[in-house]
Amino acid sequence: METSTNVTTSYQKEADKKLTKKKTYNPYGFSGKTSIFMHLLLGTFAFLCIFPFLYVIIISLSNEQSLAENGYQLIPEQWSFEAYKYLWEMKAQVVRAYGVTILVTVLGTFISVTVIALYAYAISRKQFIFRKQFTFIAFFTMLFSGGMVPFYIVMTQFLDLKNSMWALILPMAVNAFYIIIMRTFFLRSVPEAILESARIDGAGEWRIFLTIVLPLSVPGIATIALFNTLAYWNDWFNALLFIDDPNLIPLQSLLMRIENNMDFIKQNAMLSNQNSSILESIPQDSARMAMVVIATLPIALSYPFFQKYFIKGLTIGGVKD
Amino acid sequence: MSRVNRFVKNVYDNRIWLLMILPGFIWLIVMKYIPMFGQIIAFKNFRFHPDGFFASVFHSEWVGFENFKFLFSTNDAFVITRNTLLYNILFIIVGLILSVAVAIILSEITKQKLAKIYQTGMLFPHFLSWVVVSYFVFAFLSVDKGLFNSVLGFFNIEPVSWYNEPQYWPYFITVISQWKGVGFSSIVYLAAIVGIDRTHYEAAMIDGANKWQQIRHVTIPMIMPLIVILTILNIGSIFSADFGLFYQIPRDSGPLYSVTNVIDTYVYRGLMTMGDIGMSTAAGLYQATVGFILILITNYIVRKIDEDNALF
Repeated sequence: METSTNVTTSYQKEADKKLTKKKTYNPYGFSGKTSIFMHLLLGTFAFLCIFPFLYVIIISLSNEQSLAENGYQLIPEQWSFEAYKYLWEMKAQVVRAYGVTILVTVLGTFISVTVIALYAYAISRKQFIFRKQFTFIAFFTMLFSGGMVPFYIVMTQFLDLKNSMWALILPMAVNAFYIIIMRTFFLRSVPEAILESARIDGAGEWRIFLTIVLPLSVPGIATIALFNTLAYWNDWFNALLFIDDPNLIPLQSLLMRIENNMDFIKQNAMLSNQNSSILESIPQDSARMAMVVIATLPIALSYPFFQKYFIKGLTIGGVKD
Repeated sequence: MSRVNRFVKNVYDNRIWLLMILPGFIWLIVMKYIPMFGQIIAFKNFRFHPDGFFASVFHSEWVGFENFKFLFSTNDAFVITRNTLLYNILFIIVGLILSVAVAIILSEITKQKLAKIYQTGMLFPHFLSWVVVSYFVFAFLSVDKGLFNSVLGFFNIEPVSWYNEPQYWPYFITVISQWKGVGFSSIVYLAAIVGIDRTHYEAAMIDGANKWQQIRHVTIPMIMPLIVILTILNIGSIFSADFGLFYQIPRDSGPLYSVTNVIDTYVYRGLMTMGDIGMSTAAGLYQATVGFILILITNYIVRKIDEDNALF
């Protein structure tokens, strides 16, 4: 998938002029009416993709009473910060969940990228005699899986990781697909010649890896890190399977537990919250939506930054070897 | 040099590389290959043994295909297979049409800034978790407060208990899955379209083709190989479903199981709710095996078409 370069000779410029003089259609866009229609189409879809989040924000800023009377309105009868005030009172559990999520995400991404990069680098080296075998070992896991039940039993019985932070980190640490992507990356972006000359100069393989290969591979590593960060931050499944200790509940899992009512936050916040001037009537609906907003805000804010590298990583990594 | 000696020498010579693969290798063995071995539980009557995982597996009684016989005698096996297959087929078709359409339209928009804004918006749902999306859906479908029932009430129509009425949910699930996925899957097609040599279009224009004809005769044929390959690869994973979509969005509502239970959710419920390890493992093995065969077949087909794009 190579993009064509726009080198026009004067002959082509002549030809272009002749083309545009004639009544031809602009190859780079639709005609007026269709164009407007297309803009409307895409614009509407793009808006619909964002609208639910805006709606939830609005609900979170609605007065609970008016919610009870009028339902989730697009423009609330009465605005109120009471949901956020309530969550601030209950913040112990929320802060705890945030802490767990951040720790798991940072630690998990770091471990994941390290393990994957090392593995991928080794199997990308021609000098590694067993590289075909280890490539297959990684790749085969993409074809056949052990299934949910054996996985669960291994995690709980064999590794004894129930209610451990590692139950949130380990399952997503390695991924054969990322290994293959990184291997492709190492093969492409690191010219063997540089490595050869470094070896001749007497550098050891570790030094070569750390000082030459890694800096050259930052785009690939950044892409994997990005995918990992997103996956860890949004993970709820591992918490669902392995965590019921309130101190280890990550954000998404917290959201799951308050789906029907705020009891979970209430109970576990009370344990550490001595201040009993809590609002008498819990703003159930608005507070739950406020929780959603709080959990999603970091993604929504950092998302534009992510998006650029995300798309770049996808289109680079998508080019199969 | 004897074989063993040569092997030992190889290991020693490659010790650095072996050290590098070690963490990943251990992970793969423990988290992937041991569970693969654990699939054997499907053929056993699994009982926990205090001595640990391997003791449990070895001490459990062998029952052959009992679990499978039981699994396939229930109506559930049919329902979950049907749901998984039908939804995936639907997703593949609808998803393909929408992703390609969006990619084509995006590529034809002249104002780059607007195109970027649209793409940013469309990609946003991909960054959300299914838990968060289930809250979004709840804001629309909540019986007493949701937007849908409010609108119905405005027209004096009775509110609908959406989470209890299965007939709407195939539509809901399809729409929601595309809402979350199209932004993401259009990226690959967009990259391919942008890479098409402009001279093809100019040649078409000289022949008098208008925009639609250009799309039909240049754009689509040029990305057809990519479409075919991605579609075939999607078919290869037609037996697994997105657990989050089918578990979180319907909020685990029992009345909806007939249209929302897929193999993945069935295995989960069998394990956590019913504690029926034998049958849920059997369902999982069923899924993994069929999936494996499908991937082999579809990859073989892809290899016949365009060798570079096959997985292996």
